[in-house]
Amino acid sequence: MRDLCVHYDTPLGAVKAADHVTFGLRAGERLGIAGESGSGKSTMALAILRMIKPPGRIAAGEVKLDGVDLMTLSDEEMRRVRLDRIALIPQGSMNALNPVIRIKEQIADALRDHRVRMSARETETRVRELLESVGLRAEVADMFPHELSGGMKRRACIAVAISLWPRVIIADEPTSALDVVVQKQVMETLARVQENLGASVILVGHDMGLMAQFVDRLGVMYAGKLIEVSPVREIFTRPLHPYTRMLIASLPSLEQKGTFRGIPGLIPLLRDLPPGCAFHPRCPQAFDRCLTEEPALLEKHPGGWAACHLT
Amino acid sequence: MRTLLEARSVTKVFGGGVFERSSTVALENFSLAIDADRPSIIAVVGESGSGKTTLARLLLGLTAPTSGHVLYEGQDLQQMSRERRRKFRRDIQVIFQDPYGVYNPFYRVDHVLATPVAKFGLARSRAAARTLIDEVLRDVGLRPEETLGRFPHQLSGGQRQRVMVARALLLRPRVILADEPVSMVDASLRATILGSLSAMHRERGISIIYITHDLATAYQISDTIVVLYGGAVAEVGDVELVVKQPQHPYTRLLLSSIPLATTARTWMSEFATVASSADTETGCKFAARCPSVEKVCRETAPPLFKTHAARAVACYLYRDAPTLDADAIGSVLTASAAASPPASQTIQPTRSRP
Repeated sequence: MRDLCVHYDTPLGAVKAADHVTFGLRAGERLGIAGESGSGKSTMALAILRMIKPPGRIAAGEVKLDGVDLMTLSDEEMRRVRLDRIALIPQGSMNALNPVIRIKEQIADALRDHRVRMSARETETRVRELLESVGLRAEVADMFPHELSGGMKRRACIAVAISLWPRVIIADEPTSALDVVVQKQVMETLARVQENLGASVILVGHDMGLMAQFVDRLGVMYAGKLIEVSPVREIFTRPLHPYTRMLIASLPSLEQKGTFRGIPGLIPLLRDLPPGCAFHPRCPQAFDRCLTEEPALLEKHPGGWAACHLT
Repeated sequence: MRTLLEARSVTKVFGGGVFERSSTVALENFSLAIDADRPSIIAVVGESGSGKTTLARLLLGLTAPTSGHVLYEGQDLQQMSRERRRKFRRDIQVIFQDPYGVYNPFYRVDHVLATPVAKFGLARSRAAARTLIDEVLRDVGLRPEETLGRFPHQLSGGQRQRVMVARALLLRPRVILADEPVSMVDASLRATILGSLSAMHRERGISIIYITHDLATAYQISDTIVVLYGGAVAEVGDVELVVKQPQHPYTRLLLSSIPLATTARTWMSEFATVASSADTETGCKFAARCPSVEKVCRETAPPLFKTHAARAVACYLYRDAPTLDADAIGSVLTASAAASPPASQTIQPTRSRP
């Protein structure tokens, strides 16, 4: 992904929900994109699939999958890429299933739509196989979404997502609103199917704990920009950007009780960003240059990228 | 001990009426007590459906218990006079989960602060009311000039939630019940809100009941903790003991399921027990998921075993310890861990079969 920009046109001018976002995804890699609400992480995920709805639009940039720029494909070609090459596990996936259609029909529908030629019996077998691979019993195939628990619905969504052996799975907050125990089961399911497929995963979310435990590399977004991308171990041992450092410090630990270290100040409004570095009003280490000049995302040490004038 | 707010063997059953096939026990034989002389922070932790919100509604007197009593200064909430109820409503304040839903979008945020001032006659003049409001806003880290006069949509979720904390403070309550106050707030602002709750406890002696599904924040803020599972207490006691040396298999499962923001990647190494829907009607609620389940667990629900002066566990693994009446949970909650024997002397689990 190179210099991807997503703008929302409003009467007050274009709001930059994602601004020159650039990163690479290796085959089989788990990449995390973390950020608070309004940081542009979901926008970025949807932009890869060209699923931004008006008034939003992809203003610039390219997204290359195996050398092909997805932005140049026709709508029909792009439609075939979705699910087949890049699959999405949507945010709030408990509402992503059609409530009046049985689970097996919803999975078969995806197969049929992508012109997979299968007899009724083959389809049946494939559905069962898929459900089994996400740890659901075969009986689930004949059930309606309301008969499933939250965690089972998420797993059914994963089953749909992997039905065509995609190369990339984008999981947008796949476990939000789930209890911790169920969250762990869903993430284990995702990890298992990913390994079986050899696919790459982009995990979008705000839970730094989940990121620490699941991804290989982590990108942090703030106000529509990627401000740091580093291997996950590096980010948690020596974060490069002050925002990343403060975000990690603000997390409650189970090891020792301490004082509460929140990040002072507020997340800026995207339509009214401060000049220079968008984080400077909340940054304890801000200096003159931060107020006027916007830092670029640069490689500070091998594999560790950050957009900050300090490092 | 003089109790301020107390739940005594409270059970709440939903449904089961003439037209309904089944009933749901949301909370079963639950007891809790807050000491009037020693303010404390009690965390109530549980997953969805464990009875957390039912408990909150019962403690606020919004729902009547099916059996048992909720008492305020020794008086049953359901039998209070108007006058007493008015005092109760002032002394107990609540902060809800959703900082978006509690505001009327057509009113400025001043409205939620001005209403209690007017209703409870807290200020004699408009200027005095304004001084009072300014003061509580500053206490929660908001600048009055940037907050007042705005509409709810002009504030962030974190700001709105802090206005709610300020509103609770305004009435100088003795207990604040916070039902998932930070679950809908951004990560960078959570610590700030928990910090202001904690400061209110420290500086003004307000007791706090913190209801949450997040063990990590519960550990950070509270002195004692109640772990609920399926409407019943699984484990209760001093937060250091419960979090550092969990005894109930459910507490252990819960703790091992939390993804920790550390570089030690231990989370995915062991697989979580898959939940089974085969609940037992009479036995331990956790039996179907428990790795240490025994025959007796499926037959009779375990009582609370007092494994330490400051901790009790509802699990047969600790059957060697003396049992504790549900009514007496208060004694465990008030015994501070410091004053009790070190954890190493506590009773270890025993197994009846190899």
